[in-house]
Amino acid sequence: MLTELIIFIILGVVSVGTAVAVVLSKNPIYAVLLLVVNFFTLAMFYLVLSAQFIAFIQVLIYAGAIMVLFLFAVMLLNMTGAIEDVRDELPAQKWLAVIFGMVLLLLAAAALLTGAFKTVPKGGPLPVNFGTSAPIGRLLYTDYLLPFEATSILLLIAMVGSIVLAKRRR
Amino acid sequence: MLPAYYYLILSAALFVIGALGVLIRRNPIIMFMSIELMLNAANLAFITFSRYQRTLDGHIFVFIILTVAAAEVAVGLGIIVSIFRLSGDINIDDLNSMKG
Repeated sequence: MLTELIIFIILGVVSVGTAVAVVLSKNPIYAVLLLVVNFFTLAMFYLVLSAQFIAFIQVLIYAGAIMVLFLFAVMLLNMTGAIEDVRDELPAQKWLAVIFGMVLLLLAAAALLTGAFKTVPKGGPLPVNFGTSAPIGRLLYTDYLLPFEATSILLLIAMVGSIVLAKRRR
Repeated sequence: MLPAYYYLILSAALFVIGALGVLIRRNPIIMFMSIELMLNAANLAFITFSRYQRTLDGHIFVFIILTVAAAEVAVGLGIIVSIFRLSGDINIDDLNSMKG
């Protein structure tokens, strides 16, 4: 209990800190690298919550593939300097966003702290192999076969769409 | 084991930070990264519920969200790069040619 609390606090501080730094950073490259750190802390959370397969996939796909795409885009567009805040067309939006964001956070915290989630979970062992690839794969190919196939169509559409976008027009 | 709401409140905090990033920033790449933050916050909530209910269904949802995020990033960054090629500028306030 105590070690889990210590791990939670350390990882939570790093996670929230890097998220805030991503949102506030001036240089997009720093933002990308901080976001990689944030994804690694989330993978650690998944490990604590005994979701080993998802933690691995998180590091592989998010911290690996997706962030490399982001780095490519940042470097291709040569956005290392500050391109923004030269002029602000909607100056009131920032303050309204901060106010309503705080309201949203308070509402979510109130709902979580007063609702049914406050109860301490029942003890008891997890099923064998919980969170490893074999039971997830079995579930994916039996109960969730239709969403799985829909995902393949989505990936095909994304592939065709990005090829069409990247093709140079004559 | 920690109570579930620890993880759920952390997830809510990350979601709010991502939403604020989309609303405050004007750099489209940073806005994309904020969207990724929000998706990850939802993933953390899914994994938490999955752990505390002791079923694996949340893991499947996270798997599908990961796929959607990858597709979204590929297409979205392609759109940003081609806008940059056309106009040489990617200030989000100038991209209003689809405005009615």
